[in-house]
Amino acid sequence: MTILTTTGEFVTSAAPAASTTASPRPADAHNPPKIVVRDFNFFYGESKVLHGIELDIPEKQVTALIGPSGCGKSTFLRSINRMNDIIPGARVEGLIALGGKDLYAPHVDVVALRRRVGMVFQKSNPFSKSIYENIAYGLRIGGIKDRRILDETVERSLQRAALWDEVKDRLNASALALSGGQQQRLCIARALAVDPEVLLMDEPASALDPIATQKIEELVYELKDNYTIVIVTHNMQQAARVSDRTAFFMLGKLVEYDNTRTIFMNPKVKLTEDYITGRFG
Amino acid sequence: MLKGNRRVADKFAITLLGASVVIIVAILVVIVGNIVIHGVRAVTWEFLTQAPRQGLTAGGIMPAIVGTAALVILMSIVAVPLGVATAVYLHEYTPAEGLNLAWRRFRVSKGLPGRRKLFFRAASALLATVTRSAVANLAGVPSIVFGLFGLGFFIQFIGRNIDRATQPPGEVLWGQGSLLWAACTLALLTLPTVIVATEEALRTVPQDLREASLALGATQWETIRRVVLPSSLSGIMTGAILGISRGAGEVAPILFTGAAYYLPYLPGDVTDQFMHLGYHVLILSTQSPDVEATKPLLYGTVFVLLALTFLLNLTGVIIRSRTRSRLHR
Repeated sequence: MTILTTTGEFVTSAAPAASTTASPRPADAHNPPKIVVRDFNFFYGESKVLHGIELDIPEKQVTALIGPSGCGKSTFLRSINRMNDIIPGARVEGLIALGGKDLYAPHVDVVALRRRVGMVFQKSNPFSKSIYENIAYGLRIGGIKDRRILDETVERSLQRAALWDEVKDRLNASALALSGGQQQRLCIARALAVDPEVLLMDEPASALDPIATQKIEELVYELKDNYTIVIVTHNMQQAARVSDRTAFFMLGKLVEYDNTRTIFMNPKVKLTEDYITGRFG
Repeated sequence: MLKGNRRVADKFAITLLGASVVIIVAILVVIVGNIVIHGVRAVTWEFLTQAPRQGLTAGGIMPAIVGTAALVILMSIVAVPLGVATAVYLHEYTPAEGLNLAWRRFRVSKGLPGRRKLFFRAASALLATVTRSAVANLAGVPSIVFGLFGLGFFIQFIGRNIDRATQPPGEVLWGQGSLLWAACTLALLTLPTVIVATEEALRTVPQDLREASLALGATQWETIRRVVLPSSLSGIMTGAILGISRGAGEVAPILFTGAAYYLPYLPGDVTDQFMHLGYHVLILSTQSPDVEATKPLLYGTVFVLLALTFLLNLTGVIIRSRTRSRLHR
């Protein structure tokens, strides 16, 4: 069902098919890029794991990062909210700019940055607090104590994450009592509660069953109206279903980046085609 | 088919291992049984609520119970915050990769940007290693040495100097044995247990949770205060209680730092001396003018001391098992 609607949607949405080259720039000139990446290199100690990445991530669209394990797609994703800062020996070169500002410039407030760039992890990681307190966490550390604002935000975030109806009667129950799929949607709601501009998702459905996965995918599809979403996935069909743009990574390099339809129907690079058709990976 | 001597060796090993278990249990049963049988008889309402009388051959142990409780509470107030803070620093703020790796990373970083940061990382890892071995060594120091240290450092040095600064000449208030200095001395003895247990509890908090918090724009301290500490609280409390219950039974550290031979009144201030159950046992068994008359009192005192320690341990175990069942729900 999702496949049908999504496919139908993608034919209409991916209208400007001017992208004949594998240029990093998005085809749509009316939609300026939210995130600009230029010659971005990443090192763990001495080993270089990302080589000269260049791409533009469009605003309020879903960009999927695909590629075999260890290709650097997660590392790249975690570079966008500087979560890699906590890894000892990590070092970057080059530019990632969010809304025109270099994220790695000196004096950038990493804490403030992470409030603008939310993240959902591969394994759902709710705090061992109530459902309510999980969602309110981001607001509370932001110093908001007003019960009314908290209540409203919790409800709105849970509704956006399509979890409200399932949990509205037990907001004070432990978040750990929820099912795996619910926990992951709770984590999405928690990230949405601080009202980020960008949402990074690191294989958000890889540990979930097909039905829970479908819910997450539908959610991603709806969220792109308000958020710029970057999603790492191992599941090619998922990338095809939910994303507008797809970047194919391999061995730390960006092999091809284009409209999702182009990547899946008519890739320019032989390697991309081989990967997508399952010849390796 | 097993050869004969292998079968014999097998039987022999099982017998030996089983025998050691039986011996351990038997020793415990004899000691505890003896104390319980004789002790219960001595424990009366009068025994628990009155001060010793007639040269310690009659009366109760009320000042010792109160003194022990006050000492343990005061010691916890000193030891737990200090121990938890040290453990949080060691586990959350010093480099997780350890000294060797941090140093190697610094050495190979010649000419690369961010080398200064790697140097500070290595220095911090060195500090952590030094602190950890200091803690381990502290745990190995005999308790009588803590007692002498308490006398020399807290009373003779700190206490005397406070007196010199605040009291009229010749007056001694801080520069003598007291609840406060005994509690501080005992806290030093308890610290390693608290630090090690807290670090262990912090280790059980999944890295995922820290990342989730940081990704929401929390600072490291907010992450520790709102996520890491609440998740590890019961582990920390268990460790703290076990450490405290060990400290509660120690006599040597308080011998020179404030325990009193005999006090008919209760301590009213941290500068007062106090009676202590463990010390009272020592006094009853070595200083009594009438050994036979003292015997029931001695049994009763040991029984009360054991019961208090057991209660503390039980609290620790209950907290731990509650957390476990919550984790597996």
